[in-house]
Amino acid sequence: MSTAEIQLEHAPGSGQSQAGSLPRLLEGVPAHGAMSLQAHLDIHGEPPSARRRDRRGASALIDQIEQAGLGGRGGAGFPLARKLRGVAEGKGRPVVVVNATEGEPASLKDRTLLETLPHLVLDGAALAARAIGADEAILCVCESATVAQERAAAAIAEREQQLPGDWARIVLANAPQGYVAGQESALVSHLNGGEAKPTFTPPAPYERGVRRRPTLVSNAETLAHAALIARHGARWFRQLGLEEQPGSTLLTLSGPLAYPGVYEVEHGASLASLIEAAGGIKARVRGALFGGYSGTWIEASALSGLALSTPHLSPYGATVGAGVVALLSEHACPVAEVTRVTRWLARESAGQCGPCVHGLDALADTLEQAMHGGVDGGHAAARIEHLAGLVARRGACGHPDGTARFAISGVEVFAAEFADHARHGTCDACARAPELPLPAHPGRSAGNRG
Amino acid sequence: MAERVSVNPIACEAHGMCAELLPERIVLDEWGYPIVDERPLPGELVSHAQRAAQACPTFALLVERERSRH
Repeated sequence: MSTAEIQLEHAPGSGQSQAGSLPRLLEGVPAHGAMSLQAHLDIHGEPPSARRRDRRGASALIDQIEQAGLGGRGGAGFPLARKLRGVAEGKGRPVVVVNATEGEPASLKDRTLLETLPHLVLDGAALAARAIGADEAILCVCESATVAQERAAAAIAEREQQLPGDWARIVLANAPQGYVAGQESALVSHLNGGEAKPTFTPPAPYERGVRRRPTLVSNAETLAHAALIARHGARWFRQLGLEEQPGSTLLTLSGPLAYPGVYEVEHGASLASLIEAAGGIKARVRGALFGGYSGTWIEASALSGLALSTPHLSPYGATVGAGVVALLSEHACPVAEVTRVTRWLARESAGQCGPCVHGLDALADTLEQAMHGGVDGGHAAARIEHLAGLVARRGACGHPDGTARFAISGVEVFAAEFADHARHGTCDACARAPELPLPAHPGRSAGNRG
Repeated sequence: MAERVSVNPIACEAHGMCAELLPERIVLDEWGYPIVDERPLPGELVSHAQRAAQACPTFALLVERERSRH
């Protein structure tokens, strides 16, 4: 079995967590509500309380995470062990920030983790804090994710009552809605009482972040994996996945499927097996988006043999990213979808950097003109390519790069559809209900603290 | 040890002084924001780069020995 799903109807059986088998994170995921601390400890065992430290002061857990090869699950895939070491070597007492803001509209995995298995995330946060010598972990959840917030708060209270007091204090913080609000430096700025917008100037958060302390900012799922590595070790972790990308990962799968939702898959599992676990395809697929709205489109003809790992996706310029796999059905118009999401991304610019503000707007304008027709398709495509190149690497954060990647890969994969729209204008499918989810209103960041 | 120019995109307000003072390394995009060639500066351009940085009304142009962006 290479996939496990969190769909309640198909909840995986609660057997012993065995090496080389799934589910790992989703073991025993409850049909209703959140798993209690007791049930969590019954399934996974007590977290190791060892405080063994080597002479450099880094804990044994960092070595384990390094040997496991755990990469970040927030999108960039940065090795967690390197982040931990960087923070541990900083000046002053470090802070852990758990990034569960999940500003990616097509991703539900971090929210789902907090709603169903909060103690995995909290274990990981507490263990990471211990490994780097932090006495506090701040769990950041989007203000719109009220169920996740309530369940995380209840789980934190449960731990305060039932766990011995030598663990780091965990506090819950609101993060404002917004695509770039969860970017590392934006989150740190928000926690320091500033606006939830990316910053440009050094120092980086790992040197001086929250309250000017060395700050580990790590995705919620990443820390959940760390909680299991701490219990079972690096070798166990590597029994699933690839040499270059070990372990399992959570994916948010959407599209014309019987059971869209959050699934745990082994890195390198086939897309076909994931689709099968989701009850199979109900309509023809026109293409798929990987990684999220800063990710990459892949054409339908390439999907049948595709494997889910960054090494397998890299020939297409794609990565697993934040764990989004969105299949676009034949009922949707890809031109309308790409255009609508690009316009949304342009509005989600923090508004700080000129090339992002003007470039993403121009990109969305050009897409809209092509969609409505009466323009030279070749000229529009060239303009889009020019703009995508023009904005890349010119912002304080990766937002212009991600938006450019999304738009240009959409125009390339759906080149025939774009050319058709440029000539003839909107199609019947353009007016249909959109498939790619977007929040009702783009959240402009506010500086209020939770 | 080579020096490079770069721009703080948040601070930049597209005044465009930098492109006038250092056209060898800076051109402006269609909205007036600088596109900076960040390769190491040859010695003869260093003083021009420093003058361009000083002329920037928002101090957005940086001349740095080593660029440390995370």
